[in-house]
Amino acid sequence: MFSKDRWKEIMEVLSSNVLRTVATAFGVGWGIFILIVLLAAGKGLENGIRQEFNGVATNTLFMWSEKTSMAYQGLPEGREFSFKLEDVDLIRRNVPGLRIISPRNSMGRSDGDNVIRGTEGGQYRVFGDYPEIIEQNSIFISKGRFLNHKDIKEKRKVVVIGNGIRNDLYDTDEEVIGTYVKISGINFMVVGIYKEKSSNGGGEDSERQIYMPFTTFSQAYNRADNVGWMAITAEDGKSISQLNKTILKTVKESRKVHPDDERAIGYFDLYEQYNRVESLFGAISFIAYFVGVLVLISGVIGVSNIMLIVIKERTKEIGIRRALGENPWSIKLQILMESIFLTIISGMVGIIFGSFTIYGINAVLDSVGPVNMFLNPSVSLGVVLIAMGILVIAGLLAGFIPANKAIKIQPIEALRIE
Amino acid sequence: MGSNSLHVLKGINFTAEAGELVAIMGSSGSGKSTLLNILGMLDEADSGDYTLDGVPIKNLNETKAAKYRNKFLGFIFQSFNLINYKSALENVALPLYYQKIPRKERQVRAMKYLEQVGLKEWAHHLPSELSGGQKQRVAIARAMAAEPKVLLADEPTGALDSTTSYEVMDLIQKINDQGNTILVVTHEDDIAHMCKRIIHLKDGVIEKDEKVTQVRASQYV
Repeated sequence: MFSKDRWKEIMEVLSSNVLRTVATAFGVGWGIFILIVLLAAGKGLENGIRQEFNGVATNTLFMWSEKTSMAYQGLPEGREFSFKLEDVDLIRRNVPGLRIISPRNSMGRSDGDNVIRGTEGGQYRVFGDYPEIIEQNSIFISKGRFLNHKDIKEKRKVVVIGNGIRNDLYDTDEEVIGTYVKISGINFMVVGIYKEKSSNGGGEDSERQIYMPFTTFSQAYNRADNVGWMAITAEDGKSISQLNKTILKTVKESRKVHPDDERAIGYFDLYEQYNRVESLFGAISFIAYFVGVLVLISGVIGVSNIMLIVIKERTKEIGIRRALGENPWSIKLQILMESIFLTIISGMVGIIFGSFTIYGINAVLDSVGPVNMFLNPSVSLGVVLIAMGILVIAGLLAGFIPANKAIKIQPIEALRIE
Repeated sequence: MGSNSLHVLKGINFTAEAGELVAIMGSSGSGKSTLLNILGMLDEADSGDYTLDGVPIKNLNETKAAKYRNKFLGFIFQSFNLINYKSALENVALPLYYQKIPRKERQVRAMKYLEQVGLKEWAHHLPSELSGGQKQRVAIARAMAAEPKVLLADEPTGALDSTTSYEVMDLIQKINDQGNTILVVTHEDDIAHMCKRIIHLKDGVIEKDEKVTQVRASQYV
């Protein structure tokens, strides 16, 4: 198979009609080029969307209370209620398989500048949170520290502010840690600055929030044991989407909400959303493969066609070879190898051009800055190997019919042709 | 293939001894080409036996037929049938390639036969750069390269002028002198008489089978 003579012959045959060989090769190269570029585009979209989820614990359910829509146990319809701290423990006890439950209270920014530092001020969202929230949100500490359990226990008046707030209220080279900000009339010491993990475009607003110990918040702003909002993350390997029924049931029971009241508790199942997006990625790469392979098939048919013509042209030669005693299998192998060789070479050219195109797109993306929902289109080595595998199979298929035709040529028929 | 079958050969029985130079003569349609195809294992007889060097040639599959052709037979065609993108040397080496002889040795042996037909200097030329007589001599070298039991020549001089024809026949005679068995199909009387035995075919039967006094082609060259 790897004898020098066979390769020499393959090269002789393919180079005997360069224009035809190149035109044929183009079909296959184009097919694999399309496949690679489509897959890369799909990957770019996937990367872009994945980045939105970056750092967020995706196996998470967010839950908040709304108004009841059904009367229950003597309580009227349209009742406003709030979760209580005891509900957190109740959920923890009743629903196994949960990793983190973070209760939260928050203060909106509807009532003028709620945060003041010296002469500067602004409207920002303020959260009362537990330290575990950092595992569920896509933030990281860029300076100082995040909240800890000691803050919770001692109800310390400390806050962690977003980098956006730092830019708003402080000078660029000013030391932030240890300074005080006044939030709705109460002074808090800044102990840390956080940043968004995925800071492309939309990050700005989410870097204008303030984290405060949950207990401090409750006491300072009279929330008693109310809880406005909860982020519940399931253990790895357990799906929050399967647990959310039990969680809702537990809370409804303890808050005296009608079990069939769908509107009393609002929730957002991040995991379900995430899975929906995941299946979208699957669909995108399926479409890429589907279209790419179809285009490739038309190229392969081209190769097959040309090989048939080549065989027709070489009928006499094949007849001579057989008269001289060449094994039919050797002829078949020769045709198959020509076909596979042509397919692979042109496919590799397609892959190379595809890679350059992707490289070019990346360069453009880099120079114009981040684009929403599209990031770093690329193909992995695995995809390239799959493409090569497809090429080998395609080459085999393309050569198969011509090769069989070639060994059916009878020497006498071939030699009769003048 | 039409539904009408045509019996071309209707009972042929002859034996060629080792070292013979036999001419098979007949006008067109006499069945000489069919006979040659059967002898060359390119075609199979409907009935009858064919024994070559003690081996019965029967019910061959393609792989086996190819092997026998390579080992037992050397073909010389009217239209030379050289492979036009290969040099003279590569053409001669081709049967040896099918025997899986290493490249180096192939080249040495092919060169030896090219030298024998007087074309050593033309070894690296393509067939298109050779004259008709030279092409046929390359074809003869190729037929001999595998050292077959029998050389089968189908109108070897059919496409050549008479001077070149005699040169080629001279070469064939010399090869025969070395002890090779050669069958020549021809319809030219003078060519036939340069052999040692003439089998006349007519309408698919042997009309006459005679030993003749060989006319040496060298006297015309």
